[in-house]
Amino acid sequence: MGLTLTWLSVIILIPLAGLFLKTFDLSLEQFWGIVTSRRTLNALKISFGLSFAAACVNLVMGMIVVWALVRYKFPGRRLFDAIVDIPFALPTAVAGVALTQLFAQKGWLGAPLAELGIKVAFTPIGIFIAMVFIGIPFVVRTVQPVLQDLDVEIEEAAASLGAGRWHTVFRVILPSLVPALLTGFALAFARAVGEYGSVIFIAGNLPNVSEIAPLLIVIRLSEFRYADATAIAVVMLMASFLIIFAVNRLQRWAQTRMPAQ
Amino acid sequence: MSEQALSHQPRDDVHTEPGAIRFVIVALAVLFLLVFVVLPLVVVFASAFSRGISAYFTALGQPEALAAIKLTLLIAAISVSLNLVFGVIAAWAIAKFDFAGKTFLISLIDLPFSVSPVISGLVFVLLFGAQGFFGPWLQAHDVRILFAVPGIALATIFVTFPFVARALIPLMQEQGTQEEEAAISLGASGLQTFFRVTLPNIKWGLLYGVLLCNARAMGEFGAVSVVSGHIRGETNTMPLLVEILYNEYQFVASFAIASLLAMLALITLLAKTILERRLDERQVPSDH
Amino acid sequence: MIRPVLAAAAGLLLAGSAYAADFSLLNVSYDPTRELYAEFNKAFAAAWQKETGKSVEVKQSHGGSGSQARAVIDGLQADIVTLALAYDIDAVAAKGLIAPDWQKRLPLNASPYTSTIVFLVRKGNPKGIRDWDDLVKKGVEVITPNPKTSGGARWNYLAAWGYAEKKLGSADKARQFVAELFKHVPVLDTGARGSTVTFVERGVGDVLLAWENEAFLAQREFGKDKFEIVAPPLSILAEPPVTIVDKVADKKGTRAVAEAYLKYWYSREGQEIAARNSYRPRDSEIAKEYEKSFAKVELFTIDEAFGGWTRAQKEHFAEGGIFDQIYKN
Repeated sequence: MGLTLTWLSVIILIPLAGLFLKTFDLSLEQFWGIVTSRRTLNALKISFGLSFAAACVNLVMGMIVVWALVRYKFPGRRLFDAIVDIPFALPTAVAGVALTQLFAQKGWLGAPLAELGIKVAFTPIGIFIAMVFIGIPFVVRTVQPVLQDLDVEIEEAAASLGAGRWHTVFRVILPSLVPALLTGFALAFARAVGEYGSVIFIAGNLPNVSEIAPLLIVIRLSEFRYADATAIAVVMLMASFLIIFAVNRLQRWAQTRMPAQ
Repeated sequence: MSEQALSHQPRDDVHTEPGAIRFVIVALAVLFLLVFVVLPLVVVFASAFSRGISAYFTALGQPEALAAIKLTLLIAAISVSLNLVFGVIAAWAIAKFDFAGKTFLISLIDLPFSVSPVISGLVFVLLFGAQGFFGPWLQAHDVRILFAVPGIALATIFVTFPFVARALIPLMQEQGTQEEEAAISLGASGLQTFFRVTLPNIKWGLLYGVLLCNARAMGEFGAVSVVSGHIRGETNTMPLLVEILYNEYQFVASFAIASLLAMLALITLLAKTILERRLDERQVPSDH
Repeated sequence: MIRPVLAAAAGLLLAGSAYAADFSLLNVSYDPTRELYAEFNKAFAAAWQKETGKSVEVKQSHGGSGSQARAVIDGLQADIVTLALAYDIDAVAAKGLIAPDWQKRLPLNASPYTSTIVFLVRKGNPKGIRDWDDLVKKGVEVITPNPKTSGGARWNYLAAWGYAEKKLGSADKARQFVAELFKHVPVLDTGARGSTVTFVERGVGDVLLAWENEAFLAQREFGKDKFEIVAPPLSILAEPPVTIVDKVADKKGTRAVAEAYLKYWYSREGQEIAARNSYRPRDSEIAKEYEKSFAKVELFTIDEAFGGWTRAQKEHFAEGGIFDQIYKN
């Protein structure tokens, strides 16, 4: 136990405490000024907003993927099951160059999309795509085991009580997946908010338009403005911690709920 | 019990969605995975081999590429082994004891999952940079952490911190403490108990955690980028080299390195799938 | 399980470090000089070996000029910095790592090679870009990196400003012109090289504002049939300076070889390497030899047009400066 805490302190707590300490170089007004400056606000808006959108897409598409993987038989099912984890295992820099290559104006997908007048690479859509990419496994992998373990009898009972399939799915199955779905959503969201490697290649990095918060931190650093970088970092850090904390509460809630079934 | 085993199979017998809807759902799922996941991977290999096999291997044989591969392996070895030791201890503490603030502690362990990699790098710059908290002392004693192997290793350890612990906690929780208690009551020492009872029980889960930890350790970009200093042939890891070569118009070389990392990802997934099956097999007969 | 991994790693490591030079220098440089220093380092190592019988290995680190200065300030053990502009070296000097008078220690503002800002356009110059005011024509997309992080981008910006102020007659007009120019920029990469890749490889934009050497390099790499270089009649004289990081060099005991390294720039061989890599040489003889490779451009200096880097930095690129204001409105 003591060892756990010591190691935890050395690797995580001390560095993070250092981050907070550094913000004390700033007065409250200065801190507030940095965090609410237009550029910072926009970067945060872009990071959080697009992450939210991407997490929503992942929620819906993740649910569809899970449903297909768990409930249906189709050729290559096992393969697709394994493939889901690629964004998790693929280094972000590799994902970044690959997605950029794919969606650039000359890319395999970028060229046909450009014909339609849709620009993906170097626009907020590109950031969104990268965020969807890295978020997929989180929803799928948290919901999949729950759906697998879901008792068939409930469905059968609902059906025998005269509930239509539609009704059974939306009133009986989905509600019991809610904690897992929320957890997956939160994890995908948290990951996307902080994502750097896969996004910077494909983002246009235009201030106020396609500049994500982590990039703004890097930019502030290279402008020698450590305090600014730190202030933005602290805001993001607190957001991540809140999300993760909420996720762990959700998990406990789900655990206490499960046996009741 | 047998039903749970069955539940891992698709249950054609239960579902009652009309065929058309089933088709649409499968098509959507497959299309989504193909476009978002498979295609980027294919692009990596297609670009890596776009000038033929010999160009590919020439690119990988460059001294800079070799140095990056070496450094990446070294960093992975350091951070995985340290996180392995710690992860087991942390999971043990969390799974087998109850104490106040447990959710908080778990959240702390999880934090590196969701902290932006850039911030993970930044904290070490703030600590060990020449202008940082320990910077002046380190300089006076000529200890180099930032822009050298220790800094890269630290940032990597930070980022990969949760993997092993997270893989073990549910496993250990599920197993409870009875077996250990029995061993100790039979006169086994603490270490004996650990190596003879606990470890065999968790070995697949442990391997699973190590696998994911390793994949992330080798692939980390953002955090390492902030602390590396980008010294060629010295502090460039493979993901950093991907970016550098990409920026030097050496697209084939860049994608060649990227393809190695993609291969690593694929091997990781393969091993993971096999391990998961092992874990499932073990779990089904064990309890309930 | 871990032991064999460690053993393998250690083996690899030992194998790699078997070769060690007598001296090892670290040159921290900016983005587009990769090819230049690859050639220069080799030539210098040979010359140094011939002269002293000792071997020297020069390691390189490249990145955005500002980021690189930041890394040196944070403790990157650079013996030498060769950055895009004097202000970034001033920032390092302000932390006491370099003597304040560094720019006077070597001839010609410590800039052994110069360059300027030109336009790289697609084959046939479809948008008909000849001069700075063509950049703000309707439908023209301009690629330039972010002046906050990239040295080259600051030269781009100042070149445009200098042109506008001269041509339109007032700072206000210049400001309008530059603001308009940045409305035509769809991507702001963090470094000059990132912008070149965006323009050349990813096919974004109609014109790239680039270092002259960078434009030539892109043309060499991708073929003259794809890109054309347009030199505007008026542009800025870009002076990328070089210096020793005193604190580091003294601690590592590398001052002598580091000084020789920088002096080598001013030699015939050094100047020729610069010219071969499309940097404008300072040596008048070499310059004459390579006269045909460089377009005739009227050049103004930063001291003439902006009163030096410190002032330009403060007015234009500092927090709340003109660049920030442009992006605010």
